Amino acid sequence: MAETTTLRADRPRVAPARTAAARTAAARAAMGRSVLLHTVMVIGALAMFFPFYWTLVTSLSPGAGLSSTPSLVPANPSLDAYVQLFQQVPFARVVGNSMLLAVITTLVQLLTSATAAYAFSRLPFPGRTVVFGVYLATMMIPLQVLVVPLFAELKAFGLVDTYLGALLPTFAAAFGIFLLRQAMNQVPVELDEAAALDGAGHFRIFWTVILPNIRPALATLAVFAFMGSWNSFLWPLVVLRSPELQTLPVALAGLQGQFTTQWDIVMAGSVISILPMLAIYLFAQKYVIQGVANAGLK
Amino acid sequence: MTALVGDVAAEVGGKLPRSVIGVAPEHPRPRRSARAKRRYALTVLAFMLPSAIPLVLFVLGPMVAAAWISLTEWNLLSPAKWVGLDNYATLLTDPETAHVFLHTVYYIVGYLPLVYIGGLAIAIALNTALRGRTLLRGVYFLPVITSWIVVALVWRWLLNPSNGVVNTVLGFFGIAGPGWWSDPAWAMPSIILASAWKDLGFVMVILLAGLQAIDPGLVDAARVDGAGWWRRLFSITLPLLSPATFFVIVISLINGFQVFDQVYAMTGGGPGGATQVVVQQIYDLTFRYGKAGEASALSWLLFIVILAVTVVQIRGQRKWVNYG
Repeated sequence: MAETTTLRADRPRVAPARTAAARTAAARAAMGRSVLLHTVMVIGALAMFFPFYWTLVTSLSPGAGLSSTPSLVPANPSLDAYVQLFQQVPFARVVGNSMLLAVITTLVQLLTSATAAYAFSRLPFPGRTVVFGVYLATMMIPLQVLVVPLFAELKAFGLVDTYLGALLPTFAAAFGIFLLRQAMNQVPVELDEAAALDGAGHFRIFWTVILPNIRPALATLAVFAFMGSWNSFLWPLVVLRSPELQTLPVALAGLQGQFTTQWDIVMAGSVISILPMLAIYLFAQKYVIQGVANAGLK
Repeated sequence: MTALVGDVAAEVGGKLPRSVIGVAPEHPRPRRSARAKRRYALTVLAFMLPSAIPLVLFVLGPMVAAAWISLTEWNLLSPAKWVGLDNYATLLTDPETAHVFLHTVYYIVGYLPLVYIGGLAIAIALNTALRGRTLLRGVYFLPVITSWIVVALVWRWLLNPSNGVVNTVLGFFGIAGPGWWSDPAWAMPSIILASAWKDLGFVMVILLAGLQAIDPGLVDAARVDGAGWWRRLFSITLPLLSPATFFVIVISLINGFQVFDQVYAMTGGGPGGATQVVVQQIYDLTFRYGKAGEASALSWLLFIVILAVTVVQIRGQRKWVNYG
């Protein structure tokens, strides 16, 4: 509707050719299309949202999945599943593990990505382009290719079934380096030069000039690093063997493996695992979406 | 490998900033004392090592090690025994290898059109004057931030053959829903459905960013020339969207060949091996059957396939990707 109006305003040449009646008919048709489009998009959004709603409802329905047929509102809503979850498995410990690993991964990845990005953006050295190419190529190596040798390596270091073993392979990621380097290249070199004239060395320029100027990119990377760690499955599954060291996704997959799946408990765990990501997402939605969009455009 | 690295490096090289403090790579470097040079080298090392050490120790090193392990017979416990190319010979003659690759390709062939056409439709709709655009964009993006395990568990429950929501709703319309993940014929479509639902928002955002970069004047001009909606889509929008499309396809193929989490949680490769994909096979070979050598060989085969497919796409992009 709005589109048609602007079009007519932009191109008055077209308008005189139409009679008033034709114009009303066209406006009505555009209106109809707009209503239809809105309806379809809202139905689609409901379909996207429904599984989340359903997760919540199931987690509040005691004994769900054994003989019950689905209903849109829980018959006897209760937090029983949440209580059982914390009684049956060391769930508080599991949530704590995931949080600990995600926070450390995020902090270390910010550090390793920012320093490398600074070198690739500001410190020319022989072979820099080739090294950067190799860094980028590591993005293409599937983790699955590395699982066996990584497992053997960490076993040799005595780090299987330790937090450190789960953490070490997440410490550097090419994606973050690429993202931050892109942002640093947008920072005018004149700023560095001014600081250099004032006697600042590279560490000072990095810390006081570059980092404050790329805050949005740092926030984007922080969200992605946290999300990657929080949701990661294969490596924690392989390296963390004791139940008390498990992370959320692994524990959730394990809950399902029991003889009769208690879906209310599984869904209670799912709700808990979604909540922190949801909070971070609502807080940083702009950065997350922008980060994805940038990844596609560059 | 080198070809790809070369391509990437060439592209990257072109974008490096011309002037860099103190040293401009294109100009003769200022003469510096040996001490200043050593100091500069130490600075470079200080900035590079925090990322270089983990990447060498936990990515590049294991990559090379996987090649060596693939030439041995090893169960992760007793010492590895050198067997040369036996593992590759075993894999290439075992019909199971063809099966797991076929299942993976089946996944990609089902998933890619679904997620691309769906993502495109939503992106186009969200690119028009629409009330509540930001909220809608947020809702469509929500599954992207959720873990594969949660998505897989929720969909396994929704698609529960006896009393799942989907079959209950189908029953309401008088349709007897299939045994989704319990029927070999429907297990892979179930996984595809759940995966497409999760990734739709990701594809939508990439395409939306591409759409917003298109000059609206071009579309208006075509409209004035009498081009209908479909004609404008195929002659203007899609060609101008080709870089975003290219990115989506490259990423989806790389990820598609590595599909694992959702398979592990939804079917574990079953029923009857109907959804046994390459990575599930690598996992089973290593941790269920103690055949780490064979698993590493399969990992390398997978990597070679991904690399080949990606290189073919990068080579082929000049034919259809339009960088305006």
